[in-house]
Amino acid sequence: MIRINCPFCGPRDQVEFSYGGDGSIVYPPLDADATAWHDAVHQRENIRGLQVETWQHVYGCRQWLKVERSTVDHTIHSVRLAHDGAAMAVEAENGR
Amino acid sequence: MGVKRLSQGGLVDRSAPLNFTWDGQRLQGLTGDSLASALLANEQWVLGRSFKYHRPRGVMSAGVEESGALLTVGEGDRKDPNVRATTQPLFDGLVASGQNAWPNVRYDVGAINSLFSPFYAAGFYYKTFMGLPPFEWGKGTWLWMQYEKLIRKAAGMGTLSRAPDPDHYDHAHLFCDVLVVGGGVAGLTAATQLAAQGVDVVLCEQDVLLGGDLLNQPNSTVQIEALTAAARDSGVRLMANTTVFGLYDHGVAGALERLPETASPAAHQVRQIFWTIRAQHTVVATGALERSYAFGNNDRPRVLTANAGRAYLNRYALRLGESVVISGNNDGIYGTAFDLAKAGADVALYDVRAKLPGQLVKDAEDAGVRVRSQSAVCNVAGHVARAVEIGTVQGDGFAIERKRACDLVLASGGWSPVIHLLAHRGAKPIWHADLCCFVVESTQEAISVCGSAAAYWQTEDCIRSAEAIVPNVLASLSGESFAGYRVGSGGHEAEMTPLYEAKVCSRKLKAFVDPQHDVSASDVRLAHREGFVSVEHLKRYTTLGMSNDGGKMGNVIGLALMADALGKDIPDVGTTRFRPPYTSVALGALSARSVGKHFRPLRRTALHDWNLRHGATMTEAGLWQRPWYFAREGETITEAYIREATTVRKTVGLCDVTSLGKIAVQGPDAAEFLNRIYINGFAKLAVGKARYGIMLRDDGFVMDDGTTWRLGEEDFFMTTTTAHAAKVMVWLEELLQLRWPELKVHVASVSDQWAGVAVAGPQSRAVLEAVLAEPDVVSDEALPFMGVVETTLKSGVQVRIARISFSGERAFEIYCGSGYAEHMMEGLWAAAEPLDGCLYGLEALGALRIEKGHVTGAELDGRVTLEDAGFAKMASTKKPYVGNVLRQRPAMQREGRPQLVGILPKDRSGKFNAGAILCKPDQISGHGEGWITAVTHSPVMGHWIGLGYITGGAEAWQQKAAVAADPLRLGNVEVEIVSPHMYDPSGEKMRG
Amino acid sequence: MTRFNAWNVLKNGLLGQSGWDRQWRDPEPKSAYDVVIVGGGLHGLATAYYLAKYHQVRRIAVVEKGWIGGGNAGRNTTIVRSNYFLPGNREFYEKSLTMWEQLSHELNYNVMFSQRSHVSLFHSPGARDAVARRYNIMRLTGNDDTELWDLETLKRNIPHLNTEDARFPILGAAVQKRAGTARHDAVAWGYARAADALGVDILQNCEVQSIERDENSIQTLTTSRGAITAKKVGFAVAGNTSLLWQQAGLGQLPIESHKLQAFVTEPLKPLIDQVVVYGVGGAHFYISQSDKGGLVYGGDLDWYKSYAQRGNLHIVQDVAECATAIFPCVGRARLLRHWSGIQDMSMDGSPFICKTPLSNLYLNAGWNYGGFKATCASGWYFADLIANDRPDPVIEGHNLQRFETGAVLDERGAGADCKLHG
Repeated sequence: MIRINCPFCGPRDQVEFSYGGDGSIVYPPLDADATAWHDAVHQRENIRGLQVETWQHVYGCRQWLKVERSTVDHTIHSVRLAHDGAAMAVEAENGR
Repeated sequence: MGVKRLSQGGLVDRSAPLNFTWDGQRLQGLTGDSLASALLANEQWVLGRSFKYHRPRGVMSAGVEESGALLTVGEGDRKDPNVRATTQPLFDGLVASGQNAWPNVRYDVGAINSLFSPFYAAGFYYKTFMGLPPFEWGKGTWLWMQYEKLIRKAAGMGTLSRAPDPDHYDHAHLFCDVLVVGGGVAGLTAATQLAAQGVDVVLCEQDVLLGGDLLNQPNSTVQIEALTAAARDSGVRLMANTTVFGLYDHGVAGALERLPETASPAAHQVRQIFWTIRAQHTVVATGALERSYAFGNNDRPRVLTANAGRAYLNRYALRLGESVVISGNNDGIYGTAFDLAKAGADVALYDVRAKLPGQLVKDAEDAGVRVRSQSAVCNVAGHVARAVEIGTVQGDGFAIERKRACDLVLASGGWSPVIHLLAHRGAKPIWHADLCCFVVESTQEAISVCGSAAAYWQTEDCIRSAEAIVPNVLASLSGESFAGYRVGSGGHEAEMTPLYEAKVCSRKLKAFVDPQHDVSASDVRLAHREGFVSVEHLKRYTTLGMSNDGGKMGNVIGLALMADALGKDIPDVGTTRFRPPYTSVALGALSARSVGKHFRPLRRTALHDWNLRHGATMTEAGLWQRPWYFAREGETITEAYIREATTVRKTVGLCDVTSLGKIAVQGPDAAEFLNRIYINGFAKLAVGKARYGIMLRDDGFVMDDGTTWRLGEEDFFMTTTTAHAAKVMVWLEELLQLRWPELKVHVASVSDQWAGVAVAGPQSRAVLEAVLAEPDVVSDEALPFMGVVETTLKSGVQVRIARISFSGERAFEIYCGSGYAEHMMEGLWAAAEPLDGCLYGLEALGALRIEKGHVTGAELDGRVTLEDAGFAKMASTKKPYVGNVLRQRPAMQREGRPQLVGILPKDRSGKFNAGAILCKPDQISGHGEGWITAVTHSPVMGHWIGLGYITGGAEAWQQKAAVAADPLRLGNVEVEIVSPHMYDPSGEKMRG
Repeated sequence: MTRFNAWNVLKNGLLGQSGWDRQWRDPEPKSAYDVVIVGGGLHGLATAYYLAKYHQVRRIAVVEKGWIGGGNAGRNTTIVRSNYFLPGNREFYEKSLTMWEQLSHELNYNVMFSQRSHVSLFHSPGARDAVARRYNIMRLTGNDDTELWDLETLKRNIPHLNTEDARFPILGAAVQKRAGTARHDAVAWGYARAADALGVDILQNCEVQSIERDENSIQTLTTSRGAITAKKVGFAVAGNTSLLWQQAGLGQLPIESHKLQAFVTEPLKPLIDQVVVYGVGGAHFYISQSDKGGLVYGGDLDWYKSYAQRGNLHIVQDVAECATAIFPCVGRARLLRHWSGIQDMSMDGSPFICKTPLSNLYLNAGWNYGGFKATCASGWYFADLIANDRPDPVIEGHNLQRFETGAVLDERGAGADCKLHG
């Protein structure tokens, strides 16, 4: 079972989280053209190896996380809050 | 000739006999016995029948690798099929019976199958049973399914009770620094030394006793006790009778603990505990399993692995034979020979090797064992072994030299380290030709291996290997990388000679590789001839390794035989991947307490009990239960909901709507946020107003709908459907945290915090006025349609009210803190009841909303566009919103898509069903023109009505007949297609 | 090739099984083929067979990086059904089911397709109506094998279902009678043997290492067994589709690879005669019993993207709960093995059998949970597409452009999120 080290809550079982998807996707502005939206919503690199992906600690702090994880052996290389501002605040707090 | 229980020694308690039953016979064993040892002590040799040929089978081992003695234990609803007698502890009153045989395992009519065994080669069933023999005439599957009935009856092993499992199981969690799997010398040593360093260690041992192979050695009690005491004293948490059945990602292990059994367990007694163990590091000290080799009739009762003979002797004080033949290729068999000879048996040992271990031979011979080199048992005679044929090495096979009477045959083809748990982690097994086994040399994970699991055969070497990994484990715990594994070099005095099969020239012997599934050496060769040469093909074609023991004994032998057939080395043929679980696990244990009503959580609203007290019949809505209808004396559901809906239209009704999702959306950018997620504008919504909104998914299809109330400049109260409450919440959080981090908005689910009641009907205002401290706040002027007010009940309890209507009548939704729900409802009901009001449930709610043409999940099924559901006009053209780009895709905008409509039966006394397909009258076939989503018997119109979708919508079907086709239930009914707004289309009632 | 029939089984029983030869050859790769199918799974092998048999294509190779049938062919729960209702899917899966019914005879290989009925439980009136829409469409498109069972009928047919204390009361079931299970490995071997007999080269241990192409077409596949040129190339590699697609320099696809586990218990005497399926309260579950007696079951994906063919513990637990929830007696059945496969999950849950940006490359992918049952029709229509360079009307909708046009085929209504289409 995958264990994710939530920046707020510490290492927790995967069952507390819900998987989002490919974290590298940049969603275009709401009024962008159809191709940009088509690609963002449907097209996937489907990486075999290390990928950034989103998870939400849904039965915990409810934060969305960006997790760097291998899709081959499931090892996790880094976990960060998805919200940049919050991530920086937490990191500053931890670095203090 | 026979089995003898020794008068002393062993780990059995002669003062505590236990009674048990085997196939109706009352027998006695001793405390400390396994079911197998107890049966053997009673001279019960034939214990089972094989899968295919129904050959008699008995005990073949003393452990988890057993594939002969599979029995049914227990009776009635506590019947357990396929139990390994070798690992089943004996308890008083145990009832065991044979399986896969009729009338019993000793005289089995099915044994006639054996006569046809020449035809039942591997894969024969792929080649026939298709049609009428002999040339498989015919078509389709009918004939196969006739054969299949017989095959299914013959297949399977034990019979499962049809009754619910009456036992209880627990699921529990453990956390530790190091999990040590295996309680033999290596595991105990590693655990002790780690714990002594302050490491939190859990040790799991599958056996009821700790000690591992020491248990099988003579006079080892003192040593075992010393090891165990040291482990306990250093703080190791010892868990015997607990099998770690699988290793999963990130140091998680699954384990099954079996609690002591009794014949009649107490009602509350837990049978087994399923443990989820999370360890930072795992030490695999799982030992090794001895395998036999393929020789003629090697499956007969009285033929066991060599070390099993030793286990029964030393652990269970059972000398299984008087005249014993031992055959093998490694030093390990000498200990067995020595111990049995010491116990008074007549022992002949055949060692296939040319160069024998001098000291061991001398010791054995001194004890009276006759030792022969370069020879092996090649064939067994007797239904139950009574003689063997001995062959001497000749070329790459054997020549039969003599026959020898005996009453016990013990064979060894070498030892296989138990690398299963490592294989679960994807570790690659490496073949070590000198040791004749697979060993794992490295994994990428925090796992260490020691003892005979790493191919150390001698006790002293196992201890040293355990000591050697301690620094590695400590380094790993402190986050450093650690050296790879050290793999043992066996530790035998004389080198092994490979022995996988005793082939005898010009003799066709029935030599089994995987006994339970009756896979024989000739099956492996047939697979080779037919091109099933990869190990995965071999497994699947012959079913080798697919039996209950999972190939623990047979896989290596099968591989070796295939390598031989191909003229390749074993590693070139491949390895099979062991899959979890290591030994089988009851589904009941995995389910633990999540059974029956506890399968999934039940969500009750704050008014659940109040509703029940007032006569509600409940229905399931996702995880919720909601009031379905409130039947009065003698009413049917239909009568009840028609009365309820009629009452709402006439006076007033109250409905618990607490299960709706409720989300607080707050912050300076809250209005902007809502403006982006709803198709319609929210930026300019006035404080004190509510608005109905629709959300799309990114792909432009409708996701959810609901009303959102503006309580303040930066304070909104969003409601969602019951079904999508959680999904919408996750969606809002995703948008705010991932896509629009610049928005200053906070969202919080307040679904559980607020309880809500819909107050609907012409008298609804009167009801509210009766309960509110300031009745004026709900006057028509103060609270027009879509108005919102925060106020208090007469009791001072705060409430928020919106004048919104799902029913189409003048209606309000009133919410209070969940703790006050019953208090609020009491007040409302006290006011509504005298007005001839009613309580109404989901069925009446449905009737009202269908009349009104309001949509729910049945209409918004995830494939519907705004246009389809008639919402296109609501969509803002002044601002972008989620989904607005992709909803413009051509196929979603094309003419003639099905659109929401109302449906009436042409003959007004007629009825139709939701799920019926709308068709043109002259073409009632194919995919039709649309479908019906919801129906009700309309209280207002007095006949059945429905909502649904049809190509082109109501306009396209004016004056045109349609048919609701429901071939599954009602057949065809002629219908009229009308506007979905069948009641008060102008909305005067709800505004008025 | 010795025909498979009772006569030859008898004869070989008497002759010590000496009359059987290799079921398919182990040929050396040729340097050029008319058609190369990449992927020796069920779909690839079936495609090769139909190309050879019905389109008279002569020089065909199936290249497989490991052993044929080693991927999802052997990792599924062997269910065959056609209860799809969207136009295109409906006809496609029904064609497949019809072909399954004759497959043993077509291939002269007993694939043991057993039409044991597929019983889909429902737990609320709303769910009954939703499933009625699907099964009504099936009736109206010619399936007389569909029924709606009320609780009494259900109890009569499956007496040990939990109708007493189920968390979600069972109200009835939608049934497809011609659905059932088959022996998955036999399907791979049967197609391989029949294709081989028609001259198809089945090249095992032949991994495509690189793809050389010009602007418009593929020229050469460099494999671990040498370079192979092909006039036409078909991809049928399930979970590895994205990787191969990128090897061909074609960028991204609306596909993600997810992990699905499957489970089997120890063999038992007959206990469950039908395929029983349900989904309620977030649970999703299917179970049947194999001819050997093992209960074969499965549930949801592991929920996260993965190329690892091993599953995790919480799903083992979750699926066991689903089993005991409807069959309380299986609490005492014991899980013998669990394993997992890599599913090529598409953005709307429906597959692709289509042309590609390259003129001589054809794509067969996106099978989600449904690849096994699709085998026959997938091979049939893919062969037809490759041979005639145009899609049959049945599979016209199964193209890559449907996300641009919005003509998605979303049987579940779950939207563009791969993991939700299980």
